[in-house]
Amino acid sequence: MELWYTEYHTDTARFSIKVNKQLYSGQSEFQRIDVFESEEFGTFFTLDGLIMATEKDEFIYHDMIVHVPMATNPNIKNVLVIGGGDGGTVRELTRYETIESIHMVEIDKLVVDVCRKFMPLTSCKLDDPRVELFFEDGLKYVRDKENAYDLIIVDSTDPFGPGEGLFTREFYGNCFKALNEKGILVNQHESPYYEGDALAMKRAHRRVREFFPISRVYQAHIPTYPSGHWLFGFASKEFDPLQFDEEAWNKLGLKTKYYNTEIHKGSFALPNYVLEMLANADKE
Amino acid sequence: MEWERQRRAPIYEALMKYKTTRVVPFDVPGHKQGKGNPQLVDFLGEKCLSIDVNSMKPLDNLGHPVSVIKEAEEIAAEAFSAYHAFFMVNGTTSAVQAMIMSVCKQGEKIIMPRNVHRSAINALIISGAVPVYVNPGVNKELGIPLGMSVAEVEKVILAHPDAKAILVNNPTYYGICSNLRRITQLAHEHNMLVLVDEAHGTHFYFGEDMPLSAMAAGADMAAVSMHKTGGSLTQSSFLLIGEKMNPGHVRQIINLTQTTSASYLLLVSLDISRRNLALDGVRIFEKAIKLANYGREEVNRIGGYYAFGKELNNGDSVYDFDATKLSIHTRDIGLAGIEVYDILRDDYGIQIEFGDIGNILAIISMGDRALDLERLVSSLSEIKRLYQRSKAGMLSHEYINPIVATTPQKAFYSQQYSVPIAESEGLISGEFVMAYPPGIPILAPGERITREIIEYIDYAKAKGSSLTGTEDMAIGNIKVLEE
Repeated sequence: MELWYTEYHTDTARFSIKVNKQLYSGQSEFQRIDVFESEEFGTFFTLDGLIMATEKDEFIYHDMIVHVPMATNPNIKNVLVIGGGDGGTVRELTRYETIESIHMVEIDKLVVDVCRKFMPLTSCKLDDPRVELFFEDGLKYVRDKENAYDLIIVDSTDPFGPGEGLFTREFYGNCFKALNEKGILVNQHESPYYEGDALAMKRAHRRVREFFPISRVYQAHIPTYPSGHWLFGFASKEFDPLQFDEEAWNKLGLKTKYYNTEIHKGSFALPNYVLEMLANADKE
Repeated sequence: MEWERQRRAPIYEALMKYKTTRVVPFDVPGHKQGKGNPQLVDFLGEKCLSIDVNSMKPLDNLGHPVSVIKEAEEIAAEAFSAYHAFFMVNGTTSAVQAMIMSVCKQGEKIIMPRNVHRSAINALIISGAVPVYVNPGVNKELGIPLGMSVAEVEKVILAHPDAKAILVNNPTYYGICSNLRRITQLAHEHNMLVLVDEAHGTHFYFGEDMPLSAMAAGADMAAVSMHKTGGSLTQSSFLLIGEKMNPGHVRQIINLTQTTSASYLLLVSLDISRRNLALDGVRIFEKAIKLANYGREEVNRIGGYYAFGKELNNGDSVYDFDATKLSIHTRDIGLAGIEVYDILRDDYGIQIEFGDIGNILAIISMGDRALDLERLVSSLSEIKRLYQRSKAGMLSHEYINPIVATTPQKAFYSQQYSVPIAESEGLISGEFVMAYPPGIPILAPGERITREIIEYIDYAKAKGSSLTGTEDMAIGNIKVLEE
């Protein structure tokens, strides 16, 4: 007998992982949550049938969503993470002793509970004394915050379902307001490859660009995400991620598996078809 | 209400049965269950087209119901605590018209608030009835028309004891309710019938702690837009009557203008929605109210906006407030409601029900989700942050008692010519002139134009009020009657 987890990346393209066993299945108020154990990717969890994190490749996503902004502004002290229920983003942030507070706002408490139980690799730092968890809609949370954060990381699901409010103009505008004058916003920016994901990507880029004077996009290769080619948005009021103090970051001596300062610079170099999409994002 | 009976949906059951019989159609509609129009099937779905059928014996006939439609109407009447319920497929507009035409013949009087829906005036044009208007009163701060005050109604009833009926708009678009029970008593004491335009009040019949419904207040007829807050398809509606009315006569009136090819899509949507509300309405509307109240709190927390609610209640012209309406006054952030309405749609992808000069209205119903409401609130917060400006002066509205010189019907069918409004004093208007806010007609067809009215139109224009109604889009000229 063979047991396979299969995810539709498009209507006509599928991605499958052979599964040893299913560890958990549950339905929260917002979504269906499943946890599987596999040979190739270790333990992984899915929301509404889409892979969020696997033990084997989660480091790529979490390295890139955290270390790029942290290397750009080493003085970041107050961070807001929106989404990120698996805890991987918080784990990477806690490695910086200079960070004073990390607020994590996750709409679905059950995701955090499940990840605490089955994904200790990512959820291990959620009890760090600097971390405070809020279980509510991120869109609501940022609404009345003003000038409060140095960095906001939007570690969200796709823009369908509970995460859809995190891809809207009102959300980015509220984030702009919640950031201080040196603030940086980094967001999970979908993929440029498949058409459905690319549409969401372009829309997100267009909306972020409206509010922030500096708005760039960088990429990483994440094997278990649709097409493997994934983007992140870097929006900022003052700091340009391409002008950063490499030496300062390297002196911190953080051991990372994916990120290094060369990757940092290189990740902002994008394929031509992606550049074209971003340039034309306004026209759609 | 008998629960077992409310579980039934006779039209739905008959259509399900019809589908299994695989009847060969040599009748209309010509698409023959969709087979003749594959593109339409592709777009709407096979299920939808397969029941787009004509009246036939097993499916009954809306114009003369004897089987499944009759039964569905009886069950609906029970659900609404009405003497009888008619399934309507020509919109609530036709239900309002059927009400007026059922009780008023040519030349007979009907009392109505000045801010009635266009469909009621149109019914006057068709029937030849004579309107007697009641001043609805206005909340000056918000610029919205209110309900009917009992004293005003009484005054008009005493002045026009020969009127046949009184029409009440309950709730208003903004969610304002009148003292329906008292107005009904008063009308009945003077041998007048009570008609209620309850287009926005379907949920009053099924939710808990709702404002009083027309049937519960003892009204004689009510037009209920099931499609507005009851979940049925657009254009489907109920006409409810009390026991003073003769259902056979009302059916005749309905049949004067209603289609003889009633859509089974609309009919079954009424049947299924009625069942849903009868069985689950309490929970459905409890959730809607909770969401709307949450929205009100959050909008008021932003500051600058005023999402109003039951605190407006004054025991008379605001006797009660429909809490499912999220009505928001925007004037204090320096933006007109219509501006906020446009920004929400164009920049934030949010469509709300309407915006006037001072207010916007979001309708909260069975299909709304908390996360969508968060988007609306966050967008309003952003709009304030990005566009707030100093507050402009509000138009102050004085009610001008209309002089009805001739019936709307006569005015409509008279020879008319166009004159500049400034020179129209003393003439009889052939057109409407409306000003938003507060959405109360300044002139209706058949009314004498006075100096006071001309001055008010100038004033409303200068204040930036949106004027509509005349053929001349610039509201410079008006059509008047040849006398």
